[in-house]
Amino acid sequence: METITKNTGKLTAKDFASEMDVKWCPGCGDYSILKQVQTVFPDLGIPKENFVFISGIGCSSRFTYYMDTFGMHSIHGRAAAIASGVKASNPDLSVWIISGDGDSLSIGGNHFIHLMRKNFDVNYLLFNNQIYSLTKGQYSPTSEKGKITKTSPFGSIEEPFNPSELALGAKASFVARTQDRDPKHMQEILRRAHQHKGTSFVEVYQNCPVFNDGAFFAFSDKETKKEEAIYLEHGKPLIFGQNNEKGIHLDGLTPVIVDMTQECNNDLWVHDEKDKTKANLISRFFDTRSNGDHFPRPFGVIFAEERPTYDDILEQQMETLYIRKGKVPLNKILSGNKTWTIG
Amino acid sequence: METIEQIKGKQPEIKEVDKIVVRFSGDSGDGMQLTGMQFSDTAALFGNDLSTFPDYPSEIRAPIGTVAGVSGFQIHFGSTEIYTPGDSFDVIVAMNAAALKVDLPRLKQGGIIIANTQGFDRKNLGLAKYPEEINPLEDGSLQNYTVHKVDITKHTRECLSGTGLGMKEIERSKNMFVLGLLFWMFDKPLDHTLKFINEKFANKPDIAEANTKALNAGWNFGENTEVFTTQFKVAPAKLPPGVYRNITGNTATAIGLLAAAQKASLPLFIGSYPITPATDILQELSKYKTNGVKTFQAEDEIAGICSAIGASYTGNLAVTTTSGPGMALKTEALGLATMLELPLVVVNVQRGGPSTGLPTKTEQADLLMAMYGRHGEAPLPILAANSPSDCFATVFEACKIAIEHMTPVIFLSDGYIANGSEPWRFPTEEQLEKITTKFLTQKDLDASGLLPYKRNEFLVRPWIKPGTEGMEHRIGGLEKQDETGNVSYDPMNHEKMVNLRAAKVKAIEDFIPLARPDSGNNSGKLLVLGWGSTYGSIKSAVTELLTEGYDVSHIQLRHINPFPKNLGELLHSYDHVLIPEMNSGQLLQLIRAKYLAPAAGYSKVQGMPFTTTELKDKMLELLKA
Repeated sequence: METITKNTGKLTAKDFASEMDVKWCPGCGDYSILKQVQTVFPDLGIPKENFVFISGIGCSSRFTYYMDTFGMHSIHGRAAAIASGVKASNPDLSVWIISGDGDSLSIGGNHFIHLMRKNFDVNYLLFNNQIYSLTKGQYSPTSEKGKITKTSPFGSIEEPFNPSELALGAKASFVARTQDRDPKHMQEILRRAHQHKGTSFVEVYQNCPVFNDGAFFAFSDKETKKEEAIYLEHGKPLIFGQNNEKGIHLDGLTPVIVDMTQECNNDLWVHDEKDKTKANLISRFFDTRSNGDHFPRPFGVIFAEERPTYDDILEQQMETLYIRKGKVPLNKILSGNKTWTIG
Repeated sequence: METIEQIKGKQPEIKEVDKIVVRFSGDSGDGMQLTGMQFSDTAALFGNDLSTFPDYPSEIRAPIGTVAGVSGFQIHFGSTEIYTPGDSFDVIVAMNAAALKVDLPRLKQGGIIIANTQGFDRKNLGLAKYPEEINPLEDGSLQNYTVHKVDITKHTRECLSGTGLGMKEIERSKNMFVLGLLFWMFDKPLDHTLKFINEKFANKPDIAEANTKALNAGWNFGENTEVFTTQFKVAPAKLPPGVYRNITGNTATAIGLLAAAQKASLPLFIGSYPITPATDILQELSKYKTNGVKTFQAEDEIAGICSAIGASYTGNLAVTTTSGPGMALKTEALGLATMLELPLVVVNVQRGGPSTGLPTKTEQADLLMAMYGRHGEAPLPILAANSPSDCFATVFEACKIAIEHMTPVIFLSDGYIANGSEPWRFPTEEQLEKITTKFLTQKDLDASGLLPYKRNEFLVRPWIKPGTEGMEHRIGGLEKQDETGNVSYDPMNHEKMVNLRAAKVKAIEDFIPLARPDSGNNSGKLLVLGWGSTYGSIKSAVTELLTEGYDVSHIQLRHINPFPKNLGELLHSYDHVLIPEMNSGQLLQLIRAKYLAPAAGYSKVQGMPFTTTELKDKMLELLKA
C-alpha cells in the first residue's frame, strides 16, 4: 500500500521498537518478522505516527505491542473488520493487519475474504505456522491432512486451506509469500506490499518451534531449498533445482516440470504477476500434483493488479457528491420536506 | 351489489369527533402502508395530533389473499393529544376477506367497515379460510357494525378504462380510490397526495394520471353516491405552537445521529448489517454522503461493530445499528469497546425474540442483555427512547454521553416506535446542546508523559487519534495497567480497573436529569414506572384515571444505566409501584434488586404494544386494593 510520503527525518529500526519485552518463545519465527518490519519501516517515508497495527488474537497478534507505533490488539478473528473501519474513516493512515492462520482463516474467515474483495488500501501479514500455538497445539485450518495434534490424536481428517489460493479466489489484488528464515526476501516483499495500492496479502511461513517445529524447513534448509522452493520474479522463467536445471512449462493449463539439461529452455513459463489465471495455477501447483510431478513451493509476488481501492472510491464518491450537491444544512435535515405550523 | 345513484346536491350529515382510529388492511401487495402514510401526512398537515402503527408480515409477499399476508396500517388522529395508535378501531378498510378476519376482533361495536366486495369472492373467502358458503358480508354476522360494501376493484377499473393502462397497473391504483374515499369521509383535502403522486411518478406520467384519477374517483364516490351519508370532522389539535413535521422512530434516530455528529464536530461513521426493524436507519444515513457520513455495510453484524470500533479509534462518532439477533453477535466486540474505553453508540431496535423470533413485531426483552450481556464485569450506559420523536433526543444524548465519557452506550428503541410515527415539533440546530470533543495531543502532556488511561475527575480517559505526532501507544483487549494502559496481569490492578470502569459509568448519574413524574405527583397511592415505548399507552391510561379522580402518577425512564439519582427515593414515596413491560419483568428485576422496592410487574409478551384499556384495568386493580 501507498500513503502520503513526506520527509520524516532519520528514523531507524530502533525507533519502531516499543519498550515492551518481547515474549515469544525462543526460536519463534515471529522474531524474524518483527525484525524485518522494523528494518524496512524507517525507509518507507511514512511519518511514524501514521502507522497503525491492528491484530487479532494468537501468538502473531502480540506483534502490535512490540511496535512503537499506534496499534490495537483486538479480539479473535476481527482485525480485518476493525482495520476496515480504521482505513475507511482515515485513509491517510498506513494500516497493517497482523494475524495468524487460525485467526485469519477459521474464526476470521468471513472478514478475511471480504477484506480482499473490498480492496482497502491496507497490508495483511498472515503468520502461517500451520498450528494453533497460543492454545498449545491443536490443528489449524492450514494444518496438513493427517496431522497429529492434541485435538487430532489419530490424525486430522480435514483438507487444509491454501491461503494464497483462497485470497485469489476472494479477489485479492496482491498476493505474495515469504518465509521467516529468508530475511532479505521478506524485506523485499514487505516493501512491495507497502508500495501496492490495495489490499496486500502476504503469507509468511513462520516456524513454531514448540508445537510444529520444522514445518517449513524444507524451503530454507540448504540441502533441500533449491528443490523445494521456487522464487518468482516478474518477467523471469520459472526455474528451480539444485543447479537451476529444472524449469516449469505450461502445457495448456497443466504445469509440467521439464529437465532443462535435456530440453530447449525457451518454452518455459515466464512469470507474469498480472496474469490472474496463471497466478491461480502457481498458487495451486504444489498441492495438486496432477501429473505426478512434485512441484516446488512458490515464494515471491504471485499476483499484483492495480484496481481502485475501497477507500479511494469512497473518498471520490463523497467528494463528487459534495461538489454536485453540497452539504445538507442540519436545519434542513431536522425540518425534512413537509412541515406545518401551529399557533 | 349496491346500485349507485348520482345524487345532485347531496347533503351529508356532519359529525364532529375528537379522535378516530382507522385501520387500513389488505394484502401485502395492496399498498396499504403507502395509503396509510399518505392519510397520516394529510392529517398531520391539517393539524391533527396522531400516532401510527404499521403492522406487516415478515414475508415480503406472503401467499395472496391469506391471513398470513395481511398488511395493516393503523392511524389514530384527533383534536386532542394522542399518545398511542389506539386499542381498537373506529373504521376498518378491508381490501379482502383475510383482512377483515384479522382485524374484526378489534373493531369497536358500531364501527364502520369499508369492504372491497371483490376481495370477498369465493376464492378470497376460501383463501381466508372462511367456512364453505359463508360470506361475512352477506350472512348477517356484521349487524352490529355499519358495513359499506364497495366494489373498489370495479370502480377503479371503470374510472381508468380508456387510459390505455394494463389490468395490472389499473388494479394497483385501487388503493388510491380507497384513499380518496377516506379523504372524503374525514373531510380532508387531496392536495398533499396529488403533489406526492406527481413527484413520485414524475417520469411515468401515465401512472401519475391513473393514480390521480383513482384518487378523485374515490372522493367523488363518497361525495356523489347514496352509500355514504356521514362525514366526520376532526378539528385540528391544540398542540404547543411551533413548526411540526411527521416522523418515525427510525428516521428520528438517523437524524439524531447526524445532529450529534455535527454538534460534536466529528465525522459520522455507521458500521452496520441490515436487519429488521433497524435497517431504515442505515438506509436513511446512507443518503448523507454529501455531509461526510460514511455508511459501511459490513459483511456481518460482528464486522459492523468492529468497523465502528476502528472508526471510533481514528476519532469518528462511530455507530452500529442492529436488532436482537445482531446484538447477540456483537457482544464480544462490545466487551472490547468497554475495555478500550472508546466512544461507540450501539442502536438496538428491539424485536420479538429469542432467535429469529418475531422479526416485524415489537418487544422490550433485550433490556437485561443490554445490561449484562457481556462476559466479565462490563457495565455500560443504557438509554431508551419512549416515542418515535423521542428517538431523536435520546440517541443525541447517547452520543453525547459516549463522547464525553469515553464509553460505548446502548440506545434501545423497538419495532413499535421505530416504524410508528407522530408529529414532532423539531428543534433547530441552534437549540441543540453542544457536545464537547477533545483529542489529546503532545502539547497537552505534562512531566509524567503520555498516559493513555489517566483519568480526569469524572474518571474519563483521553481520546488519542492515530496520526497524532509523538503519541504512539498500543491499546487492546488485555487488561491494562492503571494510567499507562500497558498490559497487566496484576490481580490488584485488575480489580482496581474493574472498579474504575464501573465508577466511570456510575459517575454519569451526575450528568443526567433527576427522575420526575410525567403525570401525577411526587408521592401518592400508585406510581406506574415505565421505560421505552410503553410511554404512550401508560400516559393514556394514567391521563384517563387522573381525569376520573384517581391518585396515580407516571414516570417513564429514559436512563436505565445509570438510573437517575433520586429514583430510589421516589419509588419509596408511593404505596404501590407498577412496572408494565413488553417482556417477562426485566426492569422489574433491576428495580427490585437495586432499590428493594416492593414493585409489581405487568408483562405482555405478544409482539404487540399494551392497550390503554388493559393497562387501565391493571392500575385500577391496584388502586382499588
